[in-house]
Amino acid sequence: MKKEIGILFVSLGLIALLIGIFFGCLGAFQFVYPDFLKEISFVKIRPLHVSLVVAWIFLCSIGGIYYYINYYCETKLWSARLPKIHLWIFVLTGVLILVCYFMGRFGGREYWEFPAILSIPIFISWMLFGINYFKSAFKKAGNWPVYMWMWATGIVFFFITFSESYLWLAPYFRNNLIRDLTVQWKAYGALVGSWNMLVYGTALFVMTRIIGDEKIAQSRLAFFMYFLGFANLLFGWAHHIYIVPSAIWVRMVSYFMSMTELLILGKIIWSWKNSLSEAKRNFHILPYRFIVASDVWVFLNLALALAISVPAINIYTHGTHVTVAHAMGSTIGINTIILLASAFFLITDITKHEFTRTQKILIKIGFWIFNFYLMVFWVCLIIAGIEKGILVIDDKLSFQEIMTQINPILTVLAFSGIGIFIGLILIVYPMLIAVYNYLMKKEKVQS
Amino acid sequence: MSTSTRRFIFWILIVLFFIHSLLVFTIGTDEDNGKNLMTEEAQIGKLLFQKYNCTACHQLYGLGGYMGPDLTNMISSPGKGEIYARTLLQTGTQRMPNFHLTEEEINSMVAYLKYVDKTGISPVKKFKINFDGTISQK
Ligand code: HEC
Repeated sequence: MKKEIGILFVSLGLIALLIGIFFGCLGAFQFVYPDFLKEISFVKIRPLHVSLVVAWIFLCSIGGIYYYINYYCETKLWSARLPKIHLWIFVLTGVLILVCYFMGRFGGREYWEFPAILSIPIFISWMLFGINYFKSAFKKAGNWPVYMWMWATGIVFFFITFSESYLWLAPYFRNNLIRDLTVQWKAYGALVGSWNMLVYGTALFVMTRIIGDEKIAQSRLAFFMYFLGFANLLFGWAHHIYIVPSAIWVRMVSYFMSMTELLILGKIIWSWKNSLSEAKRNFHILPYRFIVASDVWVFLNLALALAISVPAINIYTHGTHVTVAHAMGSTIGINTIILLASAFFLITDITKHEFTRTQKILIKIGFWIFNFYLMVFWVCLIIAGIEKGILVIDDKLSFQEIMTQINPILTVLAFSGIGIFIGLILIVYPMLIAVYNYLMKKEKVQS
Repeated sequence: MSTSTRRFIFWILIVLFFIHSLLVFTIGTDEDNGKNLMTEEAQIGKLLFQKYNCTACHQLYGLGGYMGPDLTNMISSPGKGEIYARTLLQTGTQRMPNFHLTEEEINSMVAYLKYVDKTGISPVKKFKINFDGTISQK
């Protein structure tokens, strides 16, 4: 297989990320300044933001997996052609989705705000990915390392949960709001869990390559953590719908399941104690630096997730910006940082590009700016959310009164979004330049 | 851990997942206090709610965007209700766009919101916290 395909997925992903975060910034300003950018309503900005950043997560994970499977997992990709078709379908569907948003044509469901018909090409492209992955992976002799299990799980469960999220098309689900909401958030909870499988698998893969020790991906502990994560993906989603009056047991199963994640929290603390000196030693390696940062974000977000999975806390935080903090912490703090690590690894591996001293300095500055403003952003969301929760429940204020009260903190939040964006540009720009030079050079050689 | 143990655990989880899903799809979500109000008109209203992407700004049961208020119980909220909803939908506000809806569309959406209102309560403001961290609605 030509190496470009992985790098094309990843660079397209990086571009989607930048544009997606840009729309996120616009949306944040519309929140605090109602007259800002009246030409494109928030009703369009929001899905543009969400779909582009979700596209980033998928493009970068998928590009990485195609490449790693072919070059690093003691197996070869079954088909070199399917990934190209996959990319084309992805790009064409993506463009169609963006056009629909601009034209105001919606499917109007959370996450998938595009018309339902466009899920068909997504479904087909995913099938191509799945077939290729399993045909390749089953040829591998010996045990799969845990990251191959995680990728496999992510692929299968994306299928299942993506389908589940379209059950609303049947009146049986659609016309009972309790069922509709419960099934929708069951599907979404597990869907996010399945892309996390792709991303965490990638993190483990990159770690094993940097440290040069494949044993961590075969250990009993690694598999225990994987199965715990998997069980949570399957059964731990109900904190989204604690207040939806489904049967009590639906919610209790999830409450119980979520609390098992305390074990994961404990494991993180435990391994930090042991690996701190190693982290210090390798911190200069770019992908490693990002993985270490993502570890900190995993810790913070897991603590937050555990807290809001307790119904007595959830009742205050649900439907507030705390939920957004949870979502942004996971998608930006964890997923994006891990995928940036993977992008650095993959791009330098393929292009053999050495970043110049200036570029390295810029990336490092970007790294700190990005993390700093993300922290400000995250904390603002939590404060705004708690404030809103208390104002709604204890003080019983009206919507307008609440929005006025939390407006100052949302303003800080909007500006910290710009900080995140600038940090990202500093990190991503050198990577895109490296890819550009590489592709140009290739073209010259060919002509 | 051998590969066969790994596979065994994997398949056990998958089987449990399918059983659990079936239960959630059926007896877990059978109760619907608003059932009688989910008329044909309200069903259309729901689809319109999606078509105009109201969820970008509004929540039902706290789920959705936060630019506008939660609409779950707006129909029965003191000082709001059907007429208020109609007026807002006809005119829009500084933040909420005017969607230029037809009379019929507004009727359907209001019918849907009436149904939603009967299904339950959001946000829950009256509750008791139990010793195990769960809550009971009062
Ligand atoms: C761009 C964001 C946005 C979109 C999209 C939007 N709304 Fe609104 N809506 C608001 C805001 C904000 C308010 C509160 C009034 C205000 O401050 O302007 C509101 C208020 C309302 C209210 C009154 C609620 C109350 O408790 O006061 C209703 C009913 C309503 N919207 C219905 C809808 C419906 C139905 C749709 C879809 C056709 C929709 N809205 C789309 C932003 C939006």
